[in-house]
Amino acid sequence: MSTSDVVITETRTMPYGFTCGVVAAAGAFFGLFVGTAQGSGLAGIVVGAALCAGLAFLAMAVAGVAHERTFKWGVLALFAVAGFWIGALPGLVVGTLFGWFIGWFIYWVGRCRYRSKLPPYLTSGQVLWHYSFRVICGAIFVFLITPILVVMPLSFNAQNFFTFTPEMLAFDPAGYSLKHYRDFFNSADWQQALRNSLLIAPVATLLSVGFGTLAAIGLSQPHVPFRRAIMAILISPMIVPLIISAAGMYFFYSRIGLQGTYLGVVLAHAALGIPFVIITVTATLVGFDRSLTRAAANMGADPVTTFFRVQMPLILPGVISGGLFAFITSFDEVVVVLFVGSANQQTLPWQMFTGLREQISPTILAVATMLVAISICLLTTLEVLRRRAEKLRGLSPG
Amino acid sequence: MSDATNDSTVGAPARADDPQAQKRADQNVSKSGQMLAADGTPLKRSLARALRRQKLRALMLIAPLLIFVLLTFIAPIADMLFRSVENEIVPETLPRTVELLGSWDHESDEAPGGEVFEAFYYDMALAAQLKNHTRLGTRLNYETTGISSLFRQSGRDIEDIGDVYLDQFEDLNEAWEEPATWIALMGDPDWRAGYTEWFDDGQEGAPPGFRPSEAAEEMLPRTTAVYQNFATFTAGARRDSLAEDEPWPVAYTALYQDLMATPAAADAFDGDTAALLREAAGALSDFETVDFRSYFIDEIDEDWGDPNVWATIQTFSGPVTSGYFLNAVDMRQTADGAAMQPEDQQIYGLLFKRTLFMSLTIMGCCILLAYPVAYLLANLPMRTANLLMILVLLPFWTSLLVRTSAWKVMLQQQGVINDVLVWLGLIGDGSRLVMINNQFGTIVAMTHILLPFMILPMYSVMSTIPPSYVRAAKSLGATNWTAFWRVYFPQSVPGIGAGSILVFILAIGYYITPEIVGGTTGTFISNRIAYHISSSLNWGLAAALGTILLAVVLILYWAYDKIVGIDNVKLGG
Repeated sequence: MSTSDVVITETRTMPYGFTCGVVAAAGAFFGLFVGTAQGSGLAGIVVGAALCAGLAFLAMAVAGVAHERTFKWGVLALFAVAGFWIGALPGLVVGTLFGWFIGWFIYWVGRCRYRSKLPPYLTSGQVLWHYSFRVICGAIFVFLITPILVVMPLSFNAQNFFTFTPEMLAFDPAGYSLKHYRDFFNSADWQQALRNSLLIAPVATLLSVGFGTLAAIGLSQPHVPFRRAIMAILISPMIVPLIISAAGMYFFYSRIGLQGTYLGVVLAHAALGIPFVIITVTATLVGFDRSLTRAAANMGADPVTTFFRVQMPLILPGVISGGLFAFITSFDEVVVVLFVGSANQQTLPWQMFTGLREQISPTILAVATMLVAISICLLTTLEVLRRRAEKLRGLSPG
Repeated sequence: MSDATNDSTVGAPARADDPQAQKRADQNVSKSGQMLAADGTPLKRSLARALRRQKLRALMLIAPLLIFVLLTFIAPIADMLFRSVENEIVPETLPRTVELLGSWDHESDEAPGGEVFEAFYYDMALAAQLKNHTRLGTRLNYETTGISSLFRQSGRDIEDIGDVYLDQFEDLNEAWEEPATWIALMGDPDWRAGYTEWFDDGQEGAPPGFRPSEAAEEMLPRTTAVYQNFATFTAGARRDSLAEDEPWPVAYTALYQDLMATPAAADAFDGDTAALLREAAGALSDFETVDFRSYFIDEIDEDWGDPNVWATIQTFSGPVTSGYFLNAVDMRQTADGAAMQPEDQQIYGLLFKRTLFMSLTIMGCCILLAYPVAYLLANLPMRTANLLMILVLLPFWTSLLVRTSAWKVMLQQQGVINDVLVWLGLIGDGSRLVMINNQFGTIVAMTHILLPFMILPMYSVMSTIPPSYVRAAKSLGATNWTAFWRVYFPQSVPGIGAGSILVFILAIGYYITPEIVGGTTGTFISNRIAYHISSSLNWGLAAALGTILLAVVLILYWAYDKIVGIDNVKLGG
């Protein structure tokens, strides 16, 4: 069921002065950028404002709602052609986008559609604030997501630059290539790093999930002495700043000869992953019905059978998501491995870190893009698991 | 018997109208009126035992992980705390000197007397042979600059003193060049036999541990001590052996001094050894001697006459020191107690202040940006909110290095933001903004990285606030602002608190991002810790700085536990 079709406030045609004024302001705003890019900001403002005000008047007075669709296509085509004339292919894209926007904006403002989903008693100020608030939030979302989005296209750059080359902006195929991905797969250093990451993370995850699940089951028993103290100790790897963990582990592991060994890194990463397993699994166990194990015991199952046949399948989503957290912790971790590991244990994040600090190469962006893809997969898995767990517990209707 | 029936037996008399229950209850009560379990033991004991077993089982399940975490995580942290006060190296390397130096008055404006120099000669000569003197020099150099080179150079020159005696002994009788002479002189007869056997049998495995003869121990104490060190060293080094190498020159100095102190030493020995010693004792009066104090000051380095050097050694002669902690707060330990560092060396106060200031700024930025987003997410329909939530969770799940490298790409002078600004004509090509390698870069990048940690707790608190409260306030005549400020905001404060502490704890110990985008002005205390571990190798100071940081974080963690509760930590919404 969608609520988007419900109209709360009736639409009407706004006074021409208002419509033309608002649309002209928008036009002036965009005109400023086009103008400055072309040499004169003032001319841009004037032309933009005049053009958009004219279009708005045309739409309201001549086209009306009857020819809305035709008018929008016309505006879109107009700006697309103008954009192509000024700035070739990138201009065409920007022009099309702007044409689509201004066509929609004229009718949105002119027909008072912005009120259609809001209660009729709101004052103009409140409506303005409502949309300003959304624009602010939109800007924050842009801030959140842009850095990740920018990295992806840049990783297909044919040049060794960290910015969009003119060829890329012109959508010239010559500006794009898989060069950096090839570099990644052909470089011995990066491949070694990938192998190390894939060797270390799963073993560390297994260790933390194995120990962590057992302990979480123990912790969720009704009578546990020193529960708070034990919990505080087990959670501490997550709270203590990584640099301190790294320093302590470096000192201690070099004392006992684990510094610079594969085992040392695995143990360190397992310790860092444990809090995540504990937290997720204990959270799952809160919803676990204890009478199920009693029932199993009643029917003659020994504790091991009960655990694997009754309890484990039910808490599995929690265990898996805890394991994913532990895996990503180890897979992303760089501070501890920098100190505890040696050149033989260089992981992907280590390689990225040294790359960023010393000889920055765009191969890093290719790796970054692949890591983003991995995190999207993990995020999806977790979301599916969460839904499944909620459904199992009957908490969620859908 | 399970817990459930125990409850019902306790409550049984209340149901006296049920005859069967009454009968069952009677069976479970002993003659003395005590409740009994099914097997006849008193119920109280039976219950206690069940509870104990339950506790034990829970602890058994927890134990493996607890031991694992204690060994791999808590022990390293404890080791770091220990290292921040540890100072074993000085008393271990200079045991004799430290003992004698205790009574020296550091305000006397004069280097200590000959006795101390004699003890120092032995300590130093042995340390130089074991190559420990450079480590000690480095350690003391943290306190007084220049000591490192002084120790290194003295380590090279110190053999000359022993060589003076060595030459004279060998001129006197060539037997002193023979390692066998020394074995015969110093060793216990039983040990000698065992050692010779080991040596002739192809030297498999470790040599038998050196044992001095009673005569040597009694008559030649200094020589015995030196030779003992030499024996331990050769046994460990394996390339040398007692039967093939003559002892270090310092042994000849020790022998000279022992014979001077006990001219009749030879009487305790027999055979060739006694003859050799007797011959040496007779010739001693003609020996050229070395005065340790003047040799150190005049020949090796005049800095040995500087009382400051000795004051430093005296101040740091204990096995534990507060020196690292004092250094970490821009102070230093002097012979007269703690004092401030010179103006130009006070960096840690500034660094701590900067770390605090930047963490607070990042926290503030996160609050400002997270609040509207969390509010919007909490008040939108479920479906839209879930979609928008992806925009929050994706950065949360993306590798830290990916986000940091993205910001490096965006903020550089030839980066995306500057390029866009230039393309739009807002800034000239020559006046590109400097947004990276300074505080601005660190704050922007870290705000972005930590923002999800603020949004998620805020969102989880805000989604529990019933929208009817605000509506009620409005229907009672409150304006939008009043309804928000007096009704909604106070209810969202726990979310702000939880998020703020979380972000602050994370920010204050950040290392990777400031290291990459921070340059020199945007770095945190953690970067300094890393520098001391990997570059300057002043591990004690690194540990002290880490301990202070840890203390701050633990206090915040404690506050977080009080306000939010550790059990309520949620991951990913």
